Amino acid sequence: MTKFEKPAAFSRRAMLKSGGALVVSIGMPISLDTVLAVSEAHAQGAGQFAVALKPLLTPDQLSSYIAVNADGTVSAFFGKMDMGHGITVAIAQMVAEELDVPFKAVTVYLGDTATSVHQGGASGSTGIQLGGKQMRMAAAEARRVLVEMAAERLAVPADQLTVVDGVVQSNLDPTNNTGAAKKVSYAQLIGGRYFNVPLQWNKQYGNTLYAPGKAQPKKPSEYKIVGKPIKREDVAPKVFAQEDFCTDVKLPGMVHGRMLRPPVAGAVPAKVDESSIKDIPGVRVVWQNGFLGVVAVREWDAIQAMQKLKVEWSQVKPPFPPQASLYDHIRKSSVRKRTVEKENGNVDDAFKSAAKVIEAEYEWPFQSHAGMGPACALVDVKDGFATCYTGSQKSHFVQAGIAATLELPLEKVHVKWVTGPGSYGRNDADDCAMDAAVLSKAVGKPVRLQYMREQGTGWDPKGPASIHKARMAFDAAGNITAYEFTSKGFSRVDVDTNGGKPQDTLAGHTRGVELHSGDGFGVPAESYEFANKRLAWETIPPLLDRASPLRSSHLRDPVGPQIHFASESFMDEVAAALNLDPIEFRLRHLKDPRDMAVIKAAADKFGWQPRPAPQRQTGIKVNGRGIAYAQRNGTRVAVIAEVEVDRSSGKIQARRFVVGHDCGQIINPDGLAKCIEGNIVQGISRTLWEEVKFNDKTVTTVDWISYPILDITETPSSIETVLINHPEIAPSGAGEPSIRPVAAAIANAIFDATGVRMRRVPFSPDRVREAMA
Amino acid sequence: MAQKFTLNVNGKDHTVDADPDMPLLYALRNDIGLNNPHFGCGLAQCGACTVHLDGQAIRSCITPVSAVGGGKVVTLAGLGTPEKPHPLQTAYVEEQVPQCGYCINGWIMTAAAFLNEKKKPTEAEIKTALEGLKCRCGTHMGILRAVKRAAEMMG
Repeated sequence: MTKFEKPAAFSRRAMLKSGGALVVSIGMPISLDTVLAVSEAHAQGAGQFAVALKPLLTPDQLSSYIAVNADGTVSAFFGKMDMGHGITVAIAQMVAEELDVPFKAVTVYLGDTATSVHQGGASGSTGIQLGGKQMRMAAAEARRVLVEMAAERLAVPADQLTVVDGVVQSNLDPTNNTGAAKKVSYAQLIGGRYFNVPLQWNKQYGNTLYAPGKAQPKKPSEYKIVGKPIKREDVAPKVFAQEDFCTDVKLPGMVHGRMLRPPVAGAVPAKVDESSIKDIPGVRVVWQNGFLGVVAVREWDAIQAMQKLKVEWSQVKPPFPPQASLYDHIRKSSVRKRTVEKENGNVDDAFKSAAKVIEAEYEWPFQSHAGMGPACALVDVKDGFATCYTGSQKSHFVQAGIAATLELPLEKVHVKWVTGPGSYGRNDADDCAMDAAVLSKAVGKPVRLQYMREQGTGWDPKGPASIHKARMAFDAAGNITAYEFTSKGFSRVDVDTNGGKPQDTLAGHTRGVELHSGDGFGVPAESYEFANKRLAWETIPPLLDRASPLRSSHLRDPVGPQIHFASESFMDEVAAALNLDPIEFRLRHLKDPRDMAVIKAAADKFGWQPRPAPQRQTGIKVNGRGIAYAQRNGTRVAVIAEVEVDRSSGKIQARRFVVGHDCGQIINPDGLAKCIEGNIVQGISRTLWEEVKFNDKTVTTVDWISYPILDITETPSSIETVLINHPEIAPSGAGEPSIRPVAAAIANAIFDATGVRMRRVPFSPDRVREAMA
Repeated sequence: MAQKFTLNVNGKDHTVDADPDMPLLYALRNDIGLNNPHFGCGLAQCGACTVHLDGQAIRSCITPVSAVGGGKVVTLAGLGTPEKPHPLQTAYVEEQVPQCGYCINGWIMTAAAFLNEKKKPTEAEIKTALEGLKCRCGTHMGILRAVKRAAEMMG
């Protein structure tokens, strides 16, 4: 039997049965079916009956995070999800460690709004930093409560008890093997029942949710599981084609949907000729204001209907400037918001009195998430209740978004995260879930909607395009007196980082909700100390105020790659102007010891011999090395790139990358190293190849030919990571920091090889040839 | 108009009622119930839909169902099982290659067809054989480690 025939595999009932998450309230012997009925009622927010048996799924209840099942296994309910970095393993390690149960005993359930509280989803590399911190505290509290229960049961003081593999035993008589009296297992204490233990919740939802109990977590010196390289359990199911992606979920009676997008951004359907697709069996058109989609029983029919449907679109003025004038547009555009995030000394005076000023400007294009597959969602709206299967990073926000889009109470929407076709931020997944919800409600059937490739790459929210100005002032003796860095670009939150509100989704825009474009950018995260220093950003309005294929939002390490491409290229320019080794220059001005340590670690591993850049080389193919570094919310990364430049073809070949990485306490070094590798490769891709192109009407980079990414023939020969572990420092993130310095490291290596400074990404062969000419 | 086609997939015959122009991908996914070949682009540009047709790696997203004929189709699910894994599957698990894993059919099925033809390939030959396949998570280094490991296992 294939999984195709088991749609019930995704029901809560099946999960409870197969997942071992059978948890009943303390002291109430009830049947499995009662528990399931109650759980389902609870999941759907039904009344007092459920509340009486099970604590509500609220952040201030221990049972919302941790359950000990009847067989002694542990379920951890996590309000974030795994985008492929293996965070499931890390969370299980943290939970198993604090609970003193074997790693294998813990199963982590991710991103299901029926079983986990709103911890913000995959967001800002906070999976371990904030999500894991909460799970660690919850597990520690569970252990404390269980030990107290054991103390009472065994009549032994709690401080005389030890837990080994989920069995609490007395230290007073460790050799006593005569009876069960001096030992009791977690399963015996609470297996299959709820804790009903309150936590001190900080009243916040999302990334910052924190709800510790009374327990203190373990000291790092006591760790047995945290810090070990444990493999992912979801790899084998993927490799043997046994795991369903969100694209694979099917429901009885399901139909397939496809969306239509206008040829000129901003246009809406004026006339829809349904007779143009009347020959396609079972097809239906869903047209609501600017929203236009089709559904059909068979997927191929839905695609045919999308392609053949005759639509007359409203006449609108093409909204976009010519591609070639994008950066001029940014330069000239009025500033909507300016924020100085860091300032010390008197920067303006220092520049006025400077003997010499070095300045440079850098440019970064719009970039696409370009997920491996375009987004897919399955939504079933039935009897005033909506169920959604999505690959979105943020299922709780999708829940809110569907509730708002369909005007349903929040508790009438159940969103279940299922692995999607890749995700690196606010991609097309949330838009797809909203579109599918509208389609399902309109046709009264479960609708599986997958976007087409051109919609995934063409219409996803884009990483914002920007320009960055940096300048450094010197006195007559050549000492640095001031530094100023200003970014100006489209907002990182033109649409928000999730689809929680209709104003941020295509379904909202097309159905008439106005965009409320937010303002956000950022500044370099570093510890360079100069007497006068100012770091600022400025945002400009979007090019189109509704349903735009150039709306901007979060793309992996939102605005980090562009800002640090500029700031770390500039530091190299200054080092070169002073005829100093780039590392020596950085170490002279950096103040944070951990920043200096990651740079030194990378330099040692690389075998960096100090000398100023550039080398004076002749020949067509030349090699160079470059360094760049950055912080990100507590994490520090230094990247050294070695590249070969073919001055004739303009081709840049990445050779060797060495990464120094410090994210505090390391939970799983194996997962961490692979996460970094992916960051570096994606970073090389975005630096060398990626640029969203557009004409006055719409985005024209719509597939892998028009939006190329790094090919396997272009990958470096090696990526070496030096992981600096600080068990005593709370873990910070790793999902994004190491992509941050990649572009600057490559630009600095190109400069070292050729003496030519690349100030505009991507460094495609055309552009490199042009620069070398 | 829909026609009946008999497709031999992973050693079993399946009868499918479909538009002759419908790509094989949709027959595999929606009619035969094999989820493993994925829709990535529908343009033969990424490889996520790759299957074997008579031992050759093909892109099922652009292969009309009418073009399959009596050919033997093998998908990732038919390549090996946890009990009898293909060396590439063993290597993929050992090397912990995928992140999201959506691209996996392209790399494994293309590499499997390649390693059948080419024993003891060099790294450059492996890269050339896999040229054009996409992985957006950037797991290329792991893919190369796994293919090299599988090549060694296959002698």
